[in-house]
Amino acid sequence: MSTRAWRSTWVVLLGTVVLLFAVALVVGRYPLRLGEAVRLLLGFGDRESLDAAVLLRVRLPRALAAVMIGANLAGAGAVFQAAFQNPLVDSRILGIGSAAAFGAALGMLLSASPTVIHVTAFVFGVLAVVLVALIGWRLGASKLVLVIVGVLMSALFTSLLGLVKYVADPLSTLPAITYWQLGSLSRVDWSEIPALAAVSGVGLGAFFALRWRLNLLALSDIEAESLGIHVRGERIVLLLIGTAIVAASVATAGMIGWIGLIVPHIGRLLVGADHRRMLPVSLLIGAGLMIGLDTVARTATAAEIPLGVLTGVLGVPAFLVLFWGMVRRRGTV
Amino acid sequence: MILLSAERISFRYPRGPDVLSGVSLDASSGAVEFILGANGSGKSTLLHCLCGLLAPQMGLIRLQGSPIQNVRRRMRARAVGLVPQRSEALFGVTVKDTVLMGRTPHLGILESPGRQDHAVAREALEAVGLGHLAAKRLDEVSGGERQMILVARGLAQQARVLLMDEPDAHLDPRYQQEVLGTAARLARTGLSFVVTSHHPNNALLHATRIAFLGDGMCTKQVPPGSAVTPEGLEATYGIPFQVLHGPDGAIAAMPRPHNGPR
Repeated sequence: MSTRAWRSTWVVLLGTVVLLFAVALVVGRYPLRLGEAVRLLLGFGDRESLDAAVLLRVRLPRALAAVMIGANLAGAGAVFQAAFQNPLVDSRILGIGSAAAFGAALGMLLSASPTVIHVTAFVFGVLAVVLVALIGWRLGASKLVLVIVGVLMSALFTSLLGLVKYVADPLSTLPAITYWQLGSLSRVDWSEIPALAAVSGVGLGAFFALRWRLNLLALSDIEAESLGIHVRGERIVLLLIGTAIVAASVATAGMIGWIGLIVPHIGRLLVGADHRRMLPVSLLIGAGLMIGLDTVARTATAAEIPLGVLTGVLGVPAFLVLFWGMVRRRGTV
Repeated sequence: MILLSAERISFRYPRGPDVLSGVSLDASSGAVEFILGANGSGKSTLLHCLCGLLAPQMGLIRLQGSPIQNVRRRMRARAVGLVPQRSEALFGVTVKDTVLMGRTPHLGILESPGRQDHAVAREALEAVGLGHLAAKRLDEVSGGERQMILVARGLAQQARVLLMDEPDAHLDPRYQQEVLGTAARLARTGLSFVVTSHHPNNALLHATRIAFLGDGMCTKQVPPGSAVTPEGLEATYGIPFQVLHGPDGAIAAMPRPHNGPR
C-alpha cells in the first residue's frame, strides 16, 4: 500500500469517527439540532436548558466512553494477537474478561456503589492476568502456555461468576449483574470518565509508541532474542498494559465481546499486517464501530438493546466470514 | 583477532544428556569458520550458545574478551548476529523492513527506526547485492535471496560476528555458492562468520578453518586442506568417504559407495 493510499485511509477513518461521534450526540429519544449541540459544546447557549442537560450530562460522557472503550478493546486485541502470534486471541481467551466480570458481580453483591464495582472488576482482571503471567513465566511464557493458562483462568472465573449469580438476590442484584454482563453504556456518567481516560490514555499511548516493536514479535523467540529483545519480558508487559485497558473498559461497560477479536482483522484487511499502520487504524475502527453500535443500541428500538448482545449478534457472522476466507485461502485452519 | 570464543563449554537441556561437552572454538576477524557435523550433532545449540541465547552449564563464552553472560542483551546483539535458516516474519513484510529489524539493538524500547536506520539498512542490502529488492515482499523472493537478506539484517545490526545456521541447507548449488561467497567476501572486510553445514565441499570452497562436531565434541579448527580427510569425514558422518584431488588443485569429498549398514 502506497503512502498516499495509507494517508487517505487514515483521513477517511478519522472523519468517519468524528461524524459518528457527532451523530451520537444529536440523535436519540430527545433529538438535538447539530448547531445547538456545537454551540453548547463550545460553551455558548443556555447551560441550564434541557438540551444542555441531555448533551453535556448524558450523551457526551457516553460518547467519550464509547470511543475510548472501542479503541481499548480493539487495541488490546491487536496487541494480544501480535504478542501471541495468534490471530484468534483476544482478552476473553486470556481470562481477563471473565475475571473482571466476576469481580464486578462480586462488587454488586457487596455494595451498590459504582466505585466498589469498578475497583473489584479491575482488581480481579489484574489478578487473573498476574496469575497467567506468573504461572506462564515459570513455564517459559511460550504462546501456547499463556493461552492454556488463560483458558483455565477464564473457566475458573466463569464458574465463580455462576456462584455469585446463584447467591445473588433474584429481585435486585441478579438482574443488575445479568444486565451488566450483557454489556451496556447506559449507566455511564462523568464520574467514570477521568479514570477511564487516564488508563486508556497511558495504555494506548504505550501501544502506539511500541507499534514498530510489535512487528518484531512475529519473529520466532530465538530470532527475536538474537536481536536483543527480551521476548518474555515484553510479552508480559504488553499483557499487563492490555489487561489494564480491558479491565477499565469492562468495569465501565460490562462484557462487550468480539470487538477485540474482529477489528484487528479488519485493520489488516485494510492496510496490511504492519503494526505501524494496522494499530492506529484498528484503534480508529474500534472507536468508530463502538460509538456507531451504541447509537444503534439506544435508538433502534424503544427499549435499549444491550450493547454486548448487539456486538455478539453482528460479531459472530462477521467473524465467520473472516474465518471462512482464512481457511479457504490456506486450505486448513 | 579473536572476536568470539568458546572455552570448553558443556551444555545440556533440562534433564537431558549433554548436547555439547567441552567444546572449544574461536571466531577470528576476517575468517569464515566452518563447523561440519551430522544431523543432531548440536550445531544449532552451539550457535545459540555462541550468541548468548543459551547459557552453557560449564565453560565460558567470551565476546571480545569478556564473558558473554556479563554483556548486556542489547550490546550482545550489536556484536553478534544470528542468521537463521528461515525467518518467521510478519506476513507481507517487505525486504527493506526485514533488514530494518536489524536496527533493533540500536533503538530504545519506545523508538521506531529513523532516517539513519533506514540508511544503514539500505547500505546493508546493497552490501549483499540486493538493493533492487528493497520494496519486494519477503514472500516474493527466492530462498537464496531470503538467506542473503537475513545476512543483510545481520549487517544492519552492525554485528562483527555473524552466526549462520546451515545457510546451504535448502538452496540449489548456485545459491549455495552465492550465499557462502557473499559471506567470504564480507569476511575480508574484517567480519567473522561462523557457518554450520552438512556439506564438506562448501567448507573446502569457502572456509578459512574447519572443525568437526560430533558426539558433543569439537575437533580443533584447522585449514580446509588438512581438515578434510577420509578419516575425519567418516568419524563425523559415519560412512566412508574419499577425498579427490583435481588437476587444478581443487579438492572434493565424496561418499564411497558401500553395501548395507556398517
